[in-house]
Amino acid sequence: MKTEFQQGMKDGLPVALGYLAVSFTLGIAARRAGLTGLQAAFASLITNTSAGQFAGFTAMAAGVSLLETAVAQVVVNLRYVLMSVGLTQKVRRDASLLQRLLIAFDVTDELFALGISREGALDPRYYYGMMAVTIPNWALGTFLGTVFGALLPDILLKAVGVALYAMFIAVVVPPAKKSRPVLLVCLSAMGLSLLLHYLPFTKDLSSGLRVAIAALLVAGAAAFVFPLQKEDDHA
Amino acid sequence: MPDALTYILVIAFTTFLVRALPFLFIRRPITNPRLKQFLDFVPFATLAAMAFPDMVFSTGNLLSGLLGFLSAVLVALKGGGLITVAGAASLAVLIAELIL
Repeated sequence: MKTEFQQGMKDGLPVALGYLAVSFTLGIAARRAGLTGLQAAFASLITNTSAGQFAGFTAMAAGVSLLETAVAQVVVNLRYVLMSVGLTQKVRRDASLLQRLLIAFDVTDELFALGISREGALDPRYYYGMMAVTIPNWALGTFLGTVFGALLPDILLKAVGVALYAMFIAVVVPPAKKSRPVLLVCLSAMGLSLLLHYLPFTKDLSSGLRVAIAALLVAGAAAFVFPLQKEDDHA
Repeated sequence: MPDALTYILVIAFTTFLVRALPFLFIRRPITNPRLKQFLDFVPFATLAAMAFPDMVFSTGNLLSGLLGFLSAVLVALKGGGLITVAGAASLAVLIAELIL
């Protein structure tokens, strides 16, 4: 019988491999910003966000003020607010504040997807297991990318990048098959996300912010349009 | 201009703050039924909006991106798990990129 921690490590492994490859490109951006391999790895060790770190490194390279850099971080990372709110409801009720904050430290798109799709309440130790295998790889990949530049062939990076997105699909499809409201929520969110990608003004926003807007609007509308679901209908 | 370490710490701290605020303020299960329903929908809306259309555009080639996306949806519909779905999408993109 696996402990929660071990199970988290096991489930986090494919994400960890994806991170190792994806963070290479982050390292290349870090190098452009003039960071050393160790500085970039340290940034990855304590931040764990691709879009946010990209934005941060770009700001650093352009010599943007610290305040503007911070504001840009909030905007790019706004979708994490939604994910964290979701996780506050998913985590075991007896989890301490420290445990909750440790989870908060590593709310990423992929770990959120795995954590939220876990059966029943989320045990913090499961989340730590995922963190234990993914964070070192995120930092290591960033380090290698910074020091060696484009070490991996472009085609491999594309394939790995797609794999991380595919995990989101793997998480939403089974519940969408079972529940009509969830299916409609997913389709509407994708439709709105596509629309925001092309609409004037919103097309210039960061992709993370577009996701937050689309999710907020669709989930908000759905909460009122659909009659109240029973407890376990789509949880 | 501030040094690199200052930037790194500002980036890390701001990111942590965004992620941690909900955990600091919401410590109990939310009971308002509409709000609860909203929160139940949020993960699906977020994940779906992240996957599409960004996944399709991520390869820089609309055709290979679309093939990757469709393979993932198809395999997931057929009951494939996380790794199978991810593998199918990767494979589709690899093949498409090699042929195109």
